[in-house]
Amino acid sequence: MSNHSEAAFEKQPMWAGGRSPFNVSYGKLMMWIFLLSDAFTFSSLLIQYGAQRFSNVQTAVTTKWPDPASIFNHFPFMHGFHLPLLFVSVMTFILILSSVTMVLAVEAGHRNSKKEVQRYMFYTIIGGVAFLSCQAWEWATFIHEGARLDGNFFGITKEGYDHLHSVHFGSHFEWDKAVDRTNGPVPFAALFFIVTGFHGFHVFSGVVINVVMYIMTARGSFERRGHYEMIEKAGLYWHFVDLVWVFVFTFFYLI
Amino acid sequence: MSTAALHAEHDSHHNDHKESFISKYVFSMDHKMISRQFLITGIIMGIIGMGMSLLFRLQLAWPDEQFGILETLLGKWGKDGKIDPNFYMGLVTIHGTIMVFYVLTAGLSGTFSNLLIPLQVGARDMASPFMNMLSYWFFFMSSTVLLISIFVETGPASAGWTVYPPLSALEKAMPGSGLGMTLWLVAIALFIVSSLLGGINYISTVLNMRTKGMSMNRMPLTVWAFFFTAILGVLSFPVLLGAALFLIFDRSFGTSFYLSDIYLEGVGALENIGGSPVLYQHLFWFLGHPEVYIILMPALGITSEVISTNARKPIFGYTAMIISLMGISILSFIVWGHHMFITGMNPFLGSVFMILTLIIAVPSAVKAFNYLATLWRGNLRFTPAMLFSIGLVSFFISGGLTGIYLGNAAMDIQLHDSYFVVAHFHLVMGSAAIFGMFAGIYHWFPKMFGRMMNNTLGYFHFWFTFISAYLVFFPMHFMGLAGVPRRYYQFTLLKEFDVWMDVNKLITVAAIMGGVAQLFFLWNFFYSIFKGKKSTQNPWESNTLEWSTPIEHLHGNWPGEIPTVYRGPHEYSRPDRELDYFPQHLPDETAPVTAPQEGEQTAPTAVAPEETVESSVFFAAIKRVFGLS
Repeated sequence: MSNHSEAAFEKQPMWAGGRSPFNVSYGKLMMWIFLLSDAFTFSSLLIQYGAQRFSNVQTAVTTKWPDPASIFNHFPFMHGFHLPLLFVSVMTFILILSSVTMVLAVEAGHRNSKKEVQRYMFYTIIGGVAFLSCQAWEWATFIHEGARLDGNFFGITKEGYDHLHSVHFGSHFEWDKAVDRTNGPVPFAALFFIVTGFHGFHVFSGVVINVVMYIMTARGSFERRGHYEMIEKAGLYWHFVDLVWVFVFTFFYLI
Repeated sequence: MSTAALHAEHDSHHNDHKESFISKYVFSMDHKMISRQFLITGIIMGIIGMGMSLLFRLQLAWPDEQFGILETLLGKWGKDGKIDPNFYMGLVTIHGTIMVFYVLTAGLSGTFSNLLIPLQVGARDMASPFMNMLSYWFFFMSSTVLLISIFVETGPASAGWTVYPPLSALEKAMPGSGLGMTLWLVAIALFIVSSLLGGINYISTVLNMRTKGMSMNRMPLTVWAFFFTAILGVLSFPVLLGAALFLIFDRSFGTSFYLSDIYLEGVGALENIGGSPVLYQHLFWFLGHPEVYIILMPALGITSEVISTNARKPIFGYTAMIISLMGISILSFIVWGHHMFITGMNPFLGSVFMILTLIIAVPSAVKAFNYLATLWRGNLRFTPAMLFSIGLVSFFISGGLTGIYLGNAAMDIQLHDSYFVVAHFHLVMGSAAIFGMFAGIYHWFPKMFGRMMNNTLGYFHFWFTFISAYLVFFPMHFMGLAGVPRRYYQFTLLKEFDVWMDVNKLITVAAIMGGVAQLFFLWNFFYSIFKGKKSTQNPWESNTLEWSTPIEHLHGNWPGEIPTVYRGPHEYSRPDRELDYFPQHLPDETAPVTAPQEGEQTAPTAVAPEETVESSVFFAAIKRVFGLS
């Protein structure tokens, strides 16, 4: 294909062959197609979430679905304060900020400015690692509160709580023994772990990719190649992961 | 940066020809070698899958007999010469899995997409040869894991190829639900990765790597079919991945996504509540239905090409063929519910799925009629590939018609899970697709291996396979209508099915005949690789680009520049040409009209003038009727 002169078929229609229809390299096209397919994976997970959530019914002892604001209200070093969804907002902010630095890295790549690419890739990696650390803390807190894969006791109503108290009334009331894990809307915690975990796995892969990109930039691979397209591809992936988080955040925390 | 620069970088990969044995035959990045790897792996898997079907056919025909050979073959699973009931379920499951995923998805699509996409669109190789290699090796690992699962102590996965929970989700549900099921899931996860890597590659190659002049509407229909197949695969397999992810959590980590209120004998009531197995069925069939077309569409594409070449006529309705492929692709995503009419779906939803399902008959009929119209009054050359293609059309019609019965929600209540379903999908997707695959092998064998296959053996192979396929699957329709359920180990305890005993014997004998017929093919295939007659460059006098490459395989396909394309792929029997074919890469003005080489068989080139007039009058009349002219 290198043998063809570009000028010869400047007037050819877009799909005529001999050139890329969207003027996009095959590598970038592949990334787009992969992201499309990955979007279907996440859709299947979120559809599972929707189906289970909306097939749940309210009973005397459980609500239809636990209220996330009453569960995710912790913040590191702020024990005892009621700060609903503050921590996850910080996480979201960090991830979006890392997308901004990724945009700056891609832009610097267009100007072939190795130094700037390196700097902004570094910030992006920091953002990714920070997000993952936050997620680890979030999970740890959630597990500490009693969330498990095989059941869930969040989302018990006031009546249900009183009922359990009356059954197990005594001076040594033990929440863990009194409450069967199947008392709340069952799939709540399991879905949380699987979907945020799957997203976290994507972020982790993104961080690994970004580290590789950083090293390749630092060693001058892209400079020798004359273009920073790899950074763009990594950027596409990173923005996609960010976009998915917006959905995960909306479904699991906001509604 | 410019695209040209990137292409230049890509091309530079092809310049070194120093290759070791490992890089040439094992971890090859050449699409032609990878396609041969896919084909041979697919054939081996096909032999295993077919052997399994013969084993359980033996059980169905003679449930009370004892076959000493079974004990020799299967050990503890064939104790006293009878297949163990649990292993019978395992055989059915692994037969389905192997045939659907390993032979007809990877074996068919992997082979011919890899071989034909770069050659027919005029590219040096796939967009990413490295990913292409990974795609094969993931497939290889997946095949290995699946084969290993047959040998675990508790037996292979036994929940049917659809692995519905709870049989697949509870490790203690049946013997095969243990390690065998886990390995099945691992194998399928690897398979999904392989299919994704392949699919991404196929799509970007078709879109980005076409040679100059190869516009989308000049692509051979094979490439169109592979293109849509790849899109279906890329969009539907991820959903299976999602479903499998939840299944793995249910199996191993105590979640209850697909489980609720279950009592297990020997274990007692399970703690799982709140899940729904129907959810799995929805997610599975969101893959499962497009999967049917992932299997069938490459075969249809191959058939279009083979029929057009061997009828020496342009394919009838090239654009209609593309639009119908597109229509099938879109519809295939919104009809999955017709597999679930009796799982307790809202009846209104059932009627929606029913209507959408029946609409698929329209593009399918367009294709069937176009094949017939292409064959009509062509100068037919009955090569083995052509026979297999015509066989495909036959199966496509006879199996497709029963699809209309099954797509009907009211009929399906009676026919669901009966032998009628088995007959339907074995004809329309099993036999039709495998016939497409055989057609492709016979047609492109010279391109793959530089030698010809033996025609006589090919004819034997075709007729025995064709007859035995109909003998096996046609009687099953009547069994299904009478209510004989599928996947049963034996029917001796159900007196009302006694009348079907003889039919079962007939089917098994026919199946054994079909199995023996494949020996013709295997001998022919492997013998011809090494000792076949040397092929000429364009043995079928075909138009498409792959026959403009040298017989010896080059890494990079064309020794000099990639040829430019001047016209569509189906310009056979042009009245203004002496030869009855006009390769895509020959320019119009300097078209050298070379005489056919000596000893080469050619078809009569000129059609009698009055016939031409007559047929054109006929089509003009049809056009007038439909207001097209």
